[in-house]
Amino acid sequence: MLHIGPNNPAKAFHAFYLGIAVSTLCFTQNAFSSSLNMTEGVTSVSKEIYSLHMNIFWWCVAIGVVVFGVMFYTMIAHRKEHGAKASNFHESTFLEVLWTLIPFVILIAMAVPATSSLVKIYDTEEADIDILITGYQWKWKYEYLGEDLSFFSNLSTPNNEIYNRLEKNPNYLLEVDNPLVIPTGKKVRFLLTSNDVIHSWWIPDFAVKKDAIPGFINEAWTIVDAPGIFRGQCAELCGKNHGFMPIVVEVKPENEFNQWLSEQKAVAAKLEELNSTTFTFEDLVTRGEQVYLNNCAACHQANGKGVPGAFPSIAGSKIATGALSDHLNIVIFGSQKNPAMQAFGAQLSEADLAAVITYQRNAFGNNMGDSVQPKEILAFKQNNK
Amino acid sequence: MSHGPAKGIGRWLFTTNHKDIGTLYLWFSFSMFFIGGFFALVIRAELFEPGLQIVEPEFFNQMTTLHGLIMVFGAVMPAFVGLANWMIPIMIGAPDMALPRMNNWSFWILPFAFAILLSTLFMEGGGPNFGWTFYAPLSTTYAPPSVTFFIFAIHIMGASSIMGAINIIATILNMRAPGMTLMKMPLFVWTWLITAYLLIAVMPVLAAVVTMMLMDIHFGTSFFDAAGGGDPVLFQHVFWFFGHPEVYIMILPAFGIISAIIPTFARKPLFGYASMVYATASIALLSFIVWAHHMFTVGIPLVGELFFMYATMLIAVPTGVKVFNWVTTMFRGSLTFETPMLFAVAFVILFTIGGFSGLMLAIAPADFQYHDTYFVVAHFHYVLVPGAIFSITAGVYYWLPKWTGHMYNELMGKTHFWLAFIGLNLTFFPMHFVGLAGMPRRIPDYALQFADFNMISSCGAFLFGAAQVVFLFNVVRTIFSKSKASAEVWEKPTGLEWQLPSPAPYHTFTKPPVIQ
Amino acid sequence: MAVTSVNSPSDIYYVPEQSKLPIFASMGLASSVIGLALILNGHSAGTMVLMCGFTVFAFVLWCWFQAVITENLAGLNNDQLKSSYVWGMGWFIFSEVMFFAAFFGTLFYVRNFAVPWLAGDGTHDNFTNSILWPGFEHTWPLMQTPDSAVNGDAAAMQGPDQNMGLSSAGSIWGWLPFWNTVVLLTSSITVHMAHTALKFGHRKPFYLWLGATVVLGVVFLILQAEEYIEAYHHMGLTLSSGIYGATFFMLTGFHGAHVFLGTFMLLVMFLRATLKNHFDANNCFGFEAASWYWHFVDVVWLCLFIFVYVLA
Ligand code: HEA
Ligand code: HEA
Ligand code: HEC
Ligand code: CUA
Ligand SMILES: [Cu+2]
Repeated sequence: MLHIGPNNPAKAFHAFYLGIAVSTLCFTQNAFSSSLNMTEGVTSVSKEIYSLHMNIFWWCVAIGVVVFGVMFYTMIAHRKEHGAKASNFHESTFLEVLWTLIPFVILIAMAVPATSSLVKIYDTEEADIDILITGYQWKWKYEYLGEDLSFFSNLSTPNNEIYNRLEKNPNYLLEVDNPLVIPTGKKVRFLLTSNDVIHSWWIPDFAVKKDAIPGFINEAWTIVDAPGIFRGQCAELCGKNHGFMPIVVEVKPENEFNQWLSEQKAVAAKLEELNSTTFTFEDLVTRGEQVYLNNCAACHQANGKGVPGAFPSIAGSKIATGALSDHLNIVIFGSQKNPAMQAFGAQLSEADLAAVITYQRNAFGNNMGDSVQPKEILAFKQNNK
Repeated sequence: MSHGPAKGIGRWLFTTNHKDIGTLYLWFSFSMFFIGGFFALVIRAELFEPGLQIVEPEFFNQMTTLHGLIMVFGAVMPAFVGLANWMIPIMIGAPDMALPRMNNWSFWILPFAFAILLSTLFMEGGGPNFGWTFYAPLSTTYAPPSVTFFIFAIHIMGASSIMGAINIIATILNMRAPGMTLMKMPLFVWTWLITAYLLIAVMPVLAAVVTMMLMDIHFGTSFFDAAGGGDPVLFQHVFWFFGHPEVYIMILPAFGIISAIIPTFARKPLFGYASMVYATASIALLSFIVWAHHMFTVGIPLVGELFFMYATMLIAVPTGVKVFNWVTTMFRGSLTFETPMLFAVAFVILFTIGGFSGLMLAIAPADFQYHDTYFVVAHFHYVLVPGAIFSITAGVYYWLPKWTGHMYNELMGKTHFWLAFIGLNLTFFPMHFVGLAGMPRRIPDYALQFADFNMISSCGAFLFGAAQVVFLFNVVRTIFSKSKASAEVWEKPTGLEWQLPSPAPYHTFTKPPVIQ
Repeated sequence: MAVTSVNSPSDIYYVPEQSKLPIFASMGLASSVIGLALILNGHSAGTMVLMCGFTVFAFVLWCWFQAVITENLAGLNNDQLKSSYVWGMGWFIFSEVMFFAAFFGTLFYVRNFAVPWLAGDGTHDNFTNSILWPGFEHTWPLMQTPDSAVNGDAAAMQGPDQNMGLSSAGSIWGWLPFWNTVVLLTSSITVHMAHTALKFGHRKPFYLWLGATVVLGVVFLILQAEEYIEAYHHMGLTLSSGIYGATFFMLTGFHGAHVFLGTFMLLVMFLRATLKNHFDANNCFGFEAASWYWHFVDVVWLCLFIFVYVLA
């Protein structure tokens, strides 16, 4: 009979696969717990995909049981040490045709539901709401088409958590300052594009994943029936902070959504007012620090030292300690040499631009002592475009 | 002609002998495997727990990129070429490779190419950080300056592969001993013949795509830039036209090795030889029309999506034929489980699991959820590590006695196997779970719900790494060991190689044998 | 499988002795590309490294070919080895075919997919066009880039003023690509005539036809250079004038480089034949390889002519 030890691998294989089988069982038991399996999600598409996934999975398990079953049987039953004599058969047209045809039929059984789901996913027509989503290194911009509302959405997990100086909160890396908000029960169409490299916008619970390609617009859609908060991440390598550009979508009942929409517009109007305010030096610097941390620190680092070879230091930088116009130019219109330094003129308000530039000129030991006001930014923009 | 090898280092630098060149390739590949594996360990160490501990994101991306590149182009491909060099001339009764000097050149390009590639790590702005798939524009407009060196390294690596493939084709088609008809060739020779065709068909396409990158970066063209009428997705089409056949380049020779080992230890002829040949050829042909299954989420039109989904699914059929044939070869054999057989059996099982997840990925709507998650990482490590790497390991154990004339230590071999087997499943099985749960790939830090499985993965990776140290030790020990191996080594194995003494003489078949 | 030995010592496959050539060739090649990369990245040392590397590389190749020729003349190469060379050259040309196929595929993709999508006439809704590139239209040759359609004169990517199509030239007699086609097709015939002459052992006609082929190759290159100068100086067509310029120069440029190489190969064969009296009816692989290469270059040109110039 069987005995244990390195000479008896079949036994150990056996044990191992028993293990796998058990974990497979647990896996299906836990099918609804999202830590082991694909999420079932909250939309009809995501549910369809989930059942497609389970369907193919079980087909594979079944085939695996048959194939590995025969294999383990032979590994146990036909061992030389137990006196098995080798037979000599090595051909059978019947068998070979059989095991060409059976998998083929199984594949057709998988392809049919897959095709119908795919057709459904591709039907982006007749949307109620269009949202233009633009990927940036490393944040998302949401623009409600026809609503005159747009904003950026940045990671809001503090650096201290990332660098293990603070305890990590439950939504670690999956939280943003401004989530995308959509209403329940409406067909929302996402129009995806990118400002720089390729990103990919993914919310597992909607089963929406679509690449944001610079220069092109891709479409995806969803209808979410119940309110909730849903989280996802950028799903295409997009540079250094690819792991740090989460996506959060808040689904609200329609009336709350409309309320939110008008609030946002009011906030935007408030911000617009700031652009014509004159700030004190201190206000500019305090505001600037915040803007800097949200928008610039990803590359130039919180300490302003940058990343040698990739992102220049702001501390002691020729531009940040040189002529103001050069500084305005690179921040507002971006760098000609290196597109990673984006044209922030289109991303930040005049107030924020004034603040961050003033901050850069006076932080990290730059001590220029000068400052710039929103109005001057506006003038600079108009004179130089 | 009949004399032995030259003395000293010159033997290796200037050799034209297929066995020496094979040895060079194998050692080169082994060292690249360790370097690439070391990078993987850096990745795994950083991913041991959430938060940034060991490396910065920028460097993490360089590790991921170089790990992929080095494993694919530095470890797996050269290992197969090394085995081809050693075994193909012997298996078909040829005196050497068809073009021996060019053979040496193909090899010696590689150390330079990889030296250039690795040196980018020390350049300003760091090494390539855009993944081994180097999608534009991250790899063009937004790349560090070292990308230029990366491009040229790829160019000359490609030249090496093309020359190597031409050599193998010429050898197989032109140098067979009298009576060695095509349908008598061992499957390893067949699979390599087909692989060589894949190589000369797709390596030039890789060269073309990096050339277009070079032009976009330095000469103002707009191949991958919509502003000028180009398209970043064009990059992906061209890359994957190369890239998908490339993954079969990394598995077809493995099929050949396994088809040699299983019959030996089942003491039974290979089941369905002819269908194995046809299946290999079908896989190779299909591999040219499935590339966009890597691009299901880029927004190709529905018909394209459906076409690539169906074509990809079809590949399961010929691959299934292979798996069934192996199992049937074992069936009612007289099985023993020496180290090569252990690796071969594990190959069949784990590769099939990897194939299953591949098939799941091929279902386009489901791929919307899997794509760019660790589920994909799990898939391709299952086909590459217990696939490509295990087959190479199995081949090394199987033929090592023939190469060195010494028997390896069986206990150590089995220890290596079990450590590797457990280590790799610990490393890569949990990746299915975190992938399905939504963990994207190529990230240096992750959300808390992925923590436990990542920790297991990281432990497994170190265990697997340790197993490879056992392997290295075993190989070195065998070379210097005193235990003599017989000419046949195993029990009545088939193939010309076993009719030569062990170690195989420096020159074999200078006069062609006649095969009846 | 039973094994016996055949005893035919006269038919031994020649396996060269140890050789220093490959490793030096690798060093030369590696230094060349390092030099090139340094130049592109703006390092002053680049030129030096490239020159050294290239010199080594060229010298090694020269020695290499000489070694092969010497071995052949010494009668070391049996028929089987010769057929290895034939297989080698054949599949090398196939790899070149695939290299060009990638560029033709690129052309196909941009013409049939990328540009129409940017212009909004694909199967999609035309958001790409209406939101990102309003005003951009689908034309080929692409005379106005999406960038310039949106940003006007401020655009970085400006389209060309003129294209290479027949319409820009006015009449077919003033259309360089037409003459280039004539030249290359003729040269394919002349190289074939040279081959036939060699097969019949007619030395003089062999020299003449081969010489004529080389001359035609040079004429082609001159015309091509003329066309490039014209494009850069008078037509505003450059590498950076959008995807039309990019594909145009990529395809014709790599083809031109191959014509250059082919002409060079034929020239070497010409010199070997006339000065060293190499090649006869049964022993002319070098010449044949060069002529196959030449036919390949010719076929590529025909495709270019059709897809780049005529169907523009
Ligand atoms: C050796 C390498 C190798 C091999 C052999 C394969 C084999 C297969 N691969 Fe894999 N693949 C990779 C290496 C490989 N792959 C790599 C490296 C990547 C990622 C690249 C990157 O992005 O970095 C990848 C990614 C990848 C993707 C893209 C995923 C994504 O990014 O979203 C897809 C999608 O279709 C895919 C599919 C398949 C399929 C269908 C097979 C099939 O060939 C498998 C066929 C085998 C079987 C199915 C098992 C045996 C069959 C039977 C027992 C018969 C009966 C079975 C059935 C009917 C189900 N692979
Ligand atoms: C044949 C190819 C191959 C092989 C063999 C491997 C082997 C391994 N890979 Fe591989 N991997 C790829 C090909 C391969 N990989 C590719 C193509 C990618 C995609 C890259 C991309 O996204 O661009 C990838 C990506 C990838 C990732 C995802 C990275 C990311 O998305 O950011 C991870 C993460 O765990 C990983 C892990 C491993 C591990 C642990 C091994 C182990 O099997 C390695 C084992 C080897 C060793 C450990 C070395 C030997 C021993 C020593 C060095 C001695 C010291 C060690 C000890 C004493 C413990 N790989
Ligand atoms: C995605 C990365 C990235 C982000 C985010 C970023 N920068 Fe930059 N920045 C760069 C790069 C790269 C350069 C170098 C550009 C060059 O070489 O021309 C640069 C250069 C600069 C310089 C010139 C420094 C010098 O001495 O050359 C200033 C000033 C600057 N950035 C300000 C900012 C401000 C203000 C913000 C935020 C509002 C910001 N940057 C956000 C990448 C970034
Ligand atoms: Cu954005 Cu990854
Ligand atoms: Cu693939």
